[in-house]
Amino acid sequence: MQDFAFLRPESVAAAVAALKARPDAKYLGGGQSLIPVMKLGLSMPSDLVALAGLTELRGIRRDGKTLVVGAGTTHAEVAASPEVRAAVPALAELAGHIGDPQVRNRGTLGGSLAHADPSADYPAAVLALGASVVTDRRTVPADAFFTGMFQTALTADELVVAVRFPEPEKAAYAKFPHPASRFALVGVMVAKGPAGVRVAVTGAGPCVFRAAPLEAALSGRFAPEALDGLAVPEAGLVGDPFGSAEYRAHLVVVLARRAVAACA
Amino acid sequence: MSQDGIGAAVKRKEDRRFLTGAGHYTDDLSRPGQAFLHVVRSPFAHARVKAIRADAARRAPGVLAVLTGADLAREKIGNIPTGWLIHSKDGTPMVEPPHPALVTDRVRHVGDQVAVVVAATRDQAREAAVLVEVDYEELPAVASVAQAVAPGAPLVWGQAPGNTCYDWTLGDEAATDAAFAKAKTVVSLDVVNNRLIPNAIEPRAALGEYDRATGDYTLHTTSQNPHLTRLLLAAFSFGVPEHKLRVVAPDVGGGFGSKIFHYAEELLVLWAARTVGRPVRWTAQRSESFMSDAHGRDHVSHGELALDADGRFLGLRVRTVANLGAYLSTFAPAVPTYLYGTLFAGCYRTPAIHVSVRTVFTNTVPVDAYRGAGRPEAVFLLERLVDTAARATGIDRVELRRRNFVQPDQFPYQTPVALQYDSGDYGATLAAALDKAGWAGFEARRAEARTRGKLRGIGLSTYVEACGLAPSALAGALGARAGLYESAGVRVDPTGSVTVFTGTHSHGQGHETTFAQIVAEKLGLPLDRVEVVHGDTARTSFGMGTYGSRSLAVGGSALVTALQKVIDKGKKIAAHLLEAGEGDVVFEGGRYVVAGTDRAKTFAEVAFAAYVPHKYPAGLEPGLEETAFYDPKNFTYPAGCHVCEVEIDPETGTTRVVALTAVDDVGVVINPMIVEGQVHGGLAQGVGQALLEGALYDDAGQLLSGSFLGYTMPRASDLPAWQVATRITPCTHNPLGSKGVGEVGAIGSPPAVINAVVDALAHLGVRHVDMPATPERVWRAIRGAAAKG
Repeated sequence: MQDFAFLRPESVAAAVAALKARPDAKYLGGGQSLIPVMKLGLSMPSDLVALAGLTELRGIRRDGKTLVVGAGTTHAEVAASPEVRAAVPALAELAGHIGDPQVRNRGTLGGSLAHADPSADYPAAVLALGASVVTDRRTVPADAFFTGMFQTALTADELVVAVRFPEPEKAAYAKFPHPASRFALVGVMVAKGPAGVRVAVTGAGPCVFRAAPLEAALSGRFAPEALDGLAVPEAGLVGDPFGSAEYRAHLVVVLARRAVAACA
Repeated sequence: MSQDGIGAAVKRKEDRRFLTGAGHYTDDLSRPGQAFLHVVRSPFAHARVKAIRADAARRAPGVLAVLTGADLAREKIGNIPTGWLIHSKDGTPMVEPPHPALVTDRVRHVGDQVAVVVAATRDQAREAAVLVEVDYEELPAVASVAQAVAPGAPLVWGQAPGNTCYDWTLGDEAATDAAFAKAKTVVSLDVVNNRLIPNAIEPRAALGEYDRATGDYTLHTTSQNPHLTRLLLAAFSFGVPEHKLRVVAPDVGGGFGSKIFHYAEELLVLWAARTVGRPVRWTAQRSESFMSDAHGRDHVSHGELALDADGRFLGLRVRTVANLGAYLSTFAPAVPTYLYGTLFAGCYRTPAIHVSVRTVFTNTVPVDAYRGAGRPEAVFLLERLVDTAARATGIDRVELRRRNFVQPDQFPYQTPVALQYDSGDYGATLAAALDKAGWAGFEARRAEARTRGKLRGIGLSTYVEACGLAPSALAGALGARAGLYESAGVRVDPTGSVTVFTGTHSHGQGHETTFAQIVAEKLGLPLDRVEVVHGDTARTSFGMGTYGSRSLAVGGSALVTALQKVIDKGKKIAAHLLEAGEGDVVFEGGRYVVAGTDRAKTFAEVAFAAYVPHKYPAGLEPGLEETAFYDPKNFTYPAGCHVCEVEIDPETGTTRVVALTAVDDVGVVINPMIVEGQVHGGLAQGVGQALLEGALYDDAGQLLSGSFLGYTMPRASDLPAWQVATRITPCTHNPLGSKGVGEVGAIGSPPAVINAVVDALAHLGVRHVDMPATPERVWRAIRGAAAKG
């Protein structure tokens, strides 16, 4: 690993200022994605700006019918949170199956979203629940946040502070784990809430996406059978030795059906 | 006799240090002034090396040396030899290309060694390695058997037309053809035996030291057989007498075959240490392990089985192409031949067998022995064929096996493929396994699973393997360039405690416990009076190491032989002390007793007399220390029956192993707890091969499964609670009666798993699923059958 400077700012403002001043610096959340790529020499930041000590990024609270989760909250904290379990139980379930216990104890919500791994679990929840990503300078709706493979609407020094999840009427996440990595080979989050029925798919494409035909069918009738006979086009999906695009397309519908069934 | 003797499930002596973090692994070692070596590896599968520019790297901070293949050649350091010579069916010797520790003009697989950087710290070595500029001219590559045998395929080695290393056969072709001609039924099957990456938890590591005062070399390395490594380094690389080279394999964290072999890095750290005048260390990064540890398996086979109207096996024909990788690793030529072709009789009386094996070079990591080594490949093909034959003839698959078993009264049984089985009772292990697995009640479980939307299947395999490597004369006749005996030394201290020196090596097998149990049994000592030393050429006189489930059957037999020499000498001393005739003294329960009297001397008293020989037999040497070399008379033949039950989710193709039962005849058991643990580990690797693991290369020879993100190791959650048992028929030709247990789990289980998968899907028309039976592969098999049906 290349040498780097390690900075511990005491506020969000100081963290953002530190990054603005250093063009090759990176924010360090839980380090579960960044550290491995640094060890492989694929990322060589000049400075790491540590976010772990920032209390502004912590905390889980309910704000009316909205669940607000600090960006620095670990997956294990989300999984175990009584507030999350009460407001959006599917989100706690999802968080409880990310990676392994080591990853869940270090990895953070904000880090996962900023990294935008196409196989990560959280993006499916953020998109399906119609959440808003709150940064140090604005609020970005989920539909505008994920822009491509490892790409988001965030600017270079913009920092995710929290995520606001509207509480759904029903939601569930069904995941088919990649056999080796345990990322989502395909993961489907289905939610029925204030904004109607939303179906978000991770793992299958280069970026998390909403499955419009499935949403249309489920808007008519929110039941597993509503998806019978439906297919997701494989064009644009990812294919690799662990799952062809054709297989992933097939899994999207299977998992959507299972997620709807789990909502009951 | 001792309560800690043969058959006692005593806890492992070595676990205290392992579990408390007090083990001494190679990477734990630290030397004053030590430097670190980093290997510059090829990013290409096949390329000409036009130039290596290392000036920038040599000027980098902390760098002591950058060494290349040209330096190696200039200093006349020898190549890495292979240990077996196989001849093609036309009598020509195999193509044996040179295997230098650093290439000179061409790289032949991703990970091939191009140069080494030696620096004061690990990071400095790694950072300077980035500055080594290599001009590559990429060449077309072959990465698979299919690519290697294609007409006009690029050649890995110019001297190997068609990429063929050798084309070997075993068995009577004419008799086999005649058997097929009179068959009522012939079934055939094409199978792939998937390529595996071993992934021992401890990556390979080496520490080289050179003493310029004495000219002595010392190598600490992660090896399963340090004496062989010393032999090869001394004789072939450095051209020094073996006494100038000490090789130590301290605590080693798993090998599974991958640490049997002599690797380039072992040579490189010693050479670098001599060059820079400092101790030099190297530890593989995990990504290096994937591209430099020898891989396993990688066969493409066609098998045919001929049966008569009663379902009796008449003949078996096997055509295999095996991938050897880019170079011949230490044992590689033997694995797809004598450890494979000889296994095709299985448990059955098939009278005519003909096996033909072509091996090919490819632009991939060398392939060599991996837990089971040849035998899992043979057993998989044979047991899949037997199930296929059962389906074709309508004969129940259990009954078909029983009908063809070698019967208990037919031992010793000479197979048509060279081996002579000494003992076994295949019907008994089969019956015990079926009973334990609840075979008879399976259909109810299948029906219950169906109500949950799951497809449940059950499968079995009955296997024989040949291990306890090996009778030296036979091995030599077959092409081995070394003997395969084992040595043991027994040193009795003046107070009667015992140190055992074994040439085998324990890297997870628990020899420090089981070998001590043998001593406890034979000498009547408590375990804490026995120390087992292994893994150091300076302490053990010689040995051939640990692989092929040989340690107990061969090394344990050497130990029993040495112990008998100790007991016999002690008897002379005891008779003198007891003023009795030697023939009147018996050794029992740790005491020399004058038969029929209460006059006795303890073993400790006799040992003391040996070292304080004040009252001592005339003409007898003082001291009590004996060495024995044991050369086995035959291979040993563990056998057994594995039964697997799976549930398949037809919507996703996911296969879950819900039960796996193994009843193995491993001969006499020294420690049942350790035996059970060995079987557990082997079963996990067998399920891994059947459902999860598989090395993937693209057509250009890039390793796609070069990390744990792309190579699926079995996890605890992938595995069921095993049901294991042993059923013993003793080995008839060694003094312990033990056969070996290290590999049985990995040999017997893959076909049981796949037979279960096929059973679950058979009603849909599925007849075979290749390993690993990944979810997509199973889903496609279901869909393909539906489309056909």
